[in-house]
Amino acid sequence: MSLRDDWRRTRAIAMKDLTTEIRAKAGFNGVASLAVTILILLGLALGPDAAALRNAAVGAVWLATLFSGVLAFNRSFQVELESGALEPLLLYPGPRWPIFAGKLLGNLIFVGLMVLIVMLVGIVLFGITVPDTWPELLAVVALGVVGLVVLGTFYASMSSRSRAREVLLPLLLFPMLVPVLLAATTASKALLGADLMHEAGAWIRLLIGFDTLFLVATFLAFEHVIEA
Amino acid sequence: MPDISSDRSAATPPPRTSVWLGFVAFAAVIFAQTFSILTSPADRDMGHLQKIMYVHVPAAWMTFLAFLVVFVYSMRYLWKQNENDDLLAASAAEVGAVFNGLTLMLGMIWGRPAWGVWWVWDARLTSTLVLFLIFVGYLALRAFVDDSVQRAKWSAAVGAIGAINVPIVYMSVKWWRTLHQPQSSPGTLDPAYTLGLRLNAIALLLVLIYFIRKRYEIARLERAIEDFAQAAAMGGK
Repeated sequence: MSLRDDWRRTRAIAMKDLTTEIRAKAGFNGVASLAVTILILLGLALGPDAAALRNAAVGAVWLATLFSGVLAFNRSFQVELESGALEPLLLYPGPRWPIFAGKLLGNLIFVGLMVLIVMLVGIVLFGITVPDTWPELLAVVALGVVGLVVLGTFYASMSSRSRAREVLLPLLLFPMLVPVLLAATTASKALLGADLMHEAGAWIRLLIGFDTLFLVATFLAFEHVIEA
Repeated sequence: MPDISSDRSAATPPPRTSVWLGFVAFAAVIFAQTFSILTSPADRDMGHLQKIMYVHVPAAWMTFLAFLVVFVYSMRYLWKQNENDDLLAASAAEVGAVFNGLTLMLGMIWGRPAWGVWWVWDARLTSTLVLFLIFVGYLALRAFVDDSVQRAKWSAAVGAIGAINVPIVYMSVKWWRTLHQPQSSPGTLDPAYTLGLRLNAIALLLVLIYFIRKRYEIARLERAIEDFAQAAAMGGK
């Protein structure tokens, strides 16, 4: 039964975070607007040649996601820290990993929705034709978002409690995300170009491996990190 | 009686690194450099440019060795919670970052005449650069966290998880694009160069050990001062 209790805790934390977001709205609207703004600025910086823009589209969408996603992660712990609610949360009986799982779930939904908006805007602004392989493309995006959110949530659990958290989180997170960025952009580009070389499969496997490995590693490490 | 000394660095006096280790290490560097520069013939293609290898290649090895030390002592800290393991991992990270920077700089100085460009996005170069950035993140985390237990736990987690990622970064960049001459090791080299490379590797290993030990000694002293200041502030001493 205990696993069921853990799941209830996970869900409670995710629901609490999402409810706070829905009631305030400012957080999501701010982060999503920033993502779209970055996308527009990238378009201006790389344009106006339409062919060049189409080539750069995938990279631009992923970079906009990364840069604005970073803001979401610190926020998710900020709510607890500002009201001094993290200590009581840790004092509840039971293991600590549901706290991480709950935050993870909340951030997944938050960043997932943001990515959908960024992609739609990217398709319009950069003149992308949606390929027949769009389910695979969505799978790549989902796997990339999982990698981003797992490491982002984990590092934010530390950086949000340090001095200079705005600088520290991207400094820690971005070098770690190099494999995700490479895999997600290369696989997306391949799928947009009909994947003639059949290379998307290998990158998808790499993303699955990366996500699984760091999901396990961060769950194991979270217990040490959160109690300090 | 419970053992409370394990998380108090002041409980045992900091180790003293022998000055002689430093002398021996730097004498070894001077000897190995002189030997290899004097004995190695000019390379057929690269001429004397090849001599950069005697620092570049061993420095790259030492970088990875230092990161291995960070990984091992970070894991050990998470397991045993002994503060000294954290200080040693941090010392290795600082020294490793220096060797990492040296590797990158020398590689670029060599690459400009040899390849015609300062930088190529090849697997080994790019992953060495990413490794450098991971080191920088680790050291930045330590600089931005004041509480010593928090700093130790967090940097141990970041050190261990960062180290796991290094082979994945390497593999992913390799798939992405590759252009680099086969890795230099005594096996791929003309015999005229191998002894020099080996001697330089030993010399730089001594330097690495000396630097890490010295840095560790300083870190222990810093902690002892912090503990003392804290105790004094509490009116204990």
